[in-house]
Amino acid sequence: MAKELWKGNEAVAEAAIRAGCRYFFGYPITPQNEIPEYFARHMPEHDGVFLQAESEVAAINMAYGAAGSGARVMTSSSSPGISLKQEGISYIAGAELPVVIVNMMRGGPGLGSIAPGQSDYFQATRGGGNGDYRTVVLAPATIQEMTDLTQEAFDIADLYRIPVLVLADGMIGQMMEAVEWKKPKARKLPAKGWATDGTKGKREHNIINSLFIDPKDCTQHNQNLQKKHDLITQNEIRFEEYLTDDAEVLFVAYGTTARICQSAAIKLREAGVKAGVFRPISLWPYPEKELYLCANRGCVKTVVCAEMSMGQMIDDVKIALNGSKPVRFIGSGGGTFPTSAELMAAAHTALEGV
Amino acid sequence: MAVVYQRSKGLTETEQHFCPGCTHGVIHKLVAEVMEELDIIGSTVGVASVGCSAFAYNYFACDMQQAAHGRAPAVATGIKRVHPDLAVFTYQGDGDLAAIGTAEIVHAAMRGEKITAIFVNNAIYGMTGGQMAPTTLLGQKATTAPLGRQKDLHGSPIRMAEMLATLDGCAYAERVMVTDPASIAKAKRAIKKAFTLQLAGAGFTMVELLSTCPTNWGLSPVEAIGWLKENLVPCYPLGVYADRAEQKEEAAK
Ligand SMILES: Cc1ncc(C[n+]2csc(CCOP(=O)(O)OP(=O)(O)O)c2C)c(N)n1
Ligand code: SF4
Repeated sequence: MAKELWKGNEAVAEAAIRAGCRYFFGYPITPQNEIPEYFARHMPEHDGVFLQAESEVAAINMAYGAAGSGARVMTSSSSPGISLKQEGISYIAGAELPVVIVNMMRGGPGLGSIAPGQSDYFQATRGGGNGDYRTVVLAPATIQEMTDLTQEAFDIADLYRIPVLVLADGMIGQMMEAVEWKKPKARKLPAKGWATDGTKGKREHNIINSLFIDPKDCTQHNQNLQKKHDLITQNEIRFEEYLTDDAEVLFVAYGTTARICQSAAIKLREAGVKAGVFRPISLWPYPEKELYLCANRGCVKTVVCAEMSMGQMIDDVKIALNGSKPVRFIGSGGGTFPTSAELMAAAHTALEGV
Repeated sequence: MAVVYQRSKGLTETEQHFCPGCTHGVIHKLVAEVMEELDIIGSTVGVASVGCSAFAYNYFACDMQQAAHGRAPAVATGIKRVHPDLAVFTYQGDGDLAAIGTAEIVHAAMRGEKITAIFVNNAIYGMTGGQMAPTTLLGQKATTAPLGRQKDLHGSPIRMAEMLATLDGCAYAERVMVTDPASIAKAKRAIKKAFTLQLAGAGFTMVELLSTCPTNWGLSPVEAIGWLKENLVPCYPLGVYADRAEQKEEAAK
């Protein structure tokens, strides 16, 4: 199929529609406004519903209601708005509902800046809401990848009954790139016999709920969730390696930052330094073993974790490497990013340090 | 033998947990009977909220969702948009609807969301043990207002039926009480009208029910009924505050 030029925010919305999502609830916030605007224009063509909610709190709870009713549903926002959704995400995880959430991250904390950021990594992967729960977190680095992952996100959400977060940043949302529309690999998805679509007098009532007042029941519920999390960890880890085979210095980065690391790796190689990039695509489940292997199977001497934040994913990098390699951090928060020159300098310093 | 009275088919067999003299149970019964009479148990989704009615999902025989504190109208919106042909109702206390969930209820009404809000006003936070609600009366004692609610400190009670009635999207808003057979019958008519208008597509509908909380009012069940009539009713006058039945005809066109 021919390639088309798409803006990231519009592409993620179109990907949702192509995945059969017919319900979108959102609230305006920069840099993701083109997402609700795209749905506002195009949902009616598909007999779908776009609703501008009164807040992100309301939007995520509308998504809860729609998902509980058996529909494919999406909501999107950027950092401060995602904070407001955390309550709802915890309930969605607790009630085991499939919802796809997009975060076009910007600089923080607080109102922060409207420029691209990656400072919601902790919130995304550690659970910003209360309780022992997980959200699948998919971090695309290109618009092509975002359209592929977003379509698949709906299948993952339905398969495991879990919220899936597409974690991108304002850069990916705002820029335009070529996209070739592809269908995700077919998965066998279970029927939604649990949905509240009216008993029609033919079955017991269905209940969508996250309350288990008896602690024994709640413990059992947590154990069931954990089993599901383990299964997802087995099946859904994604990552990409770039020039890693003979790399002596290994960048670990995701999303936009990984792309800058790739440019830096090319330039480093031109200068005679063997650099490579390990790019986690699923941030939860994190490619922990895969990163360890990548850093320890060949000639990697040192690891540089790069982020558009003051250092968040580096915790997972350290957990994965488990002290096997020295790790340095380079990054900048608040809406700016490390340049490839800065990344190259960081690689040199790291190599000198070993 | 002829059956003169039985549990509504709109309720499950699950034993309810309400305190003696609490009128939550009466209100459950009324909603269930209305569903049964309209023959919509199989085509209704209810949304339980957070408060003493949190377990409503176990008590109503229709499909149910449990919502976060205050968010029931947003959850109901999601359900109704997916299943416009089903009846959707929320069941919310006054802390839930008139404090933490104010934005959600106001905007559901503003949008004319075709749902019915069953709003149980007992002038107190029941489940958490008697804290002040936005509906607590001036002078009424609560665990977080030990000297009684004071206007200059806490503001005056909020009247939700009147407030929501100002919104064009609110097709029906009535305040009733459930203290005696006559008022209970009236309350049931109000609930039935709200559901009927919802199903006719008229818009947002709500019934505010003045309800007892003997436990946290520190009164016996009988005293609580008297206290409600003497104190709650003057502050929260009963009656119909919005009846935009014409919206029904517009919707039909
Ligand atoms: C976000 C959040 N804040 C606070 C609570 C604690 N909480 C549970 S019930 C309740 C008050 C409910 O009072 P009301 O809505 O008046 O219902 P009632 O119990 O009187 O029927 C509160 C504050 C909660 N569950 N969630
Ligand atoms: S605490 Fe009050 S509102 Fe709650 S069940 Fe008891 S009497 Fe009813």
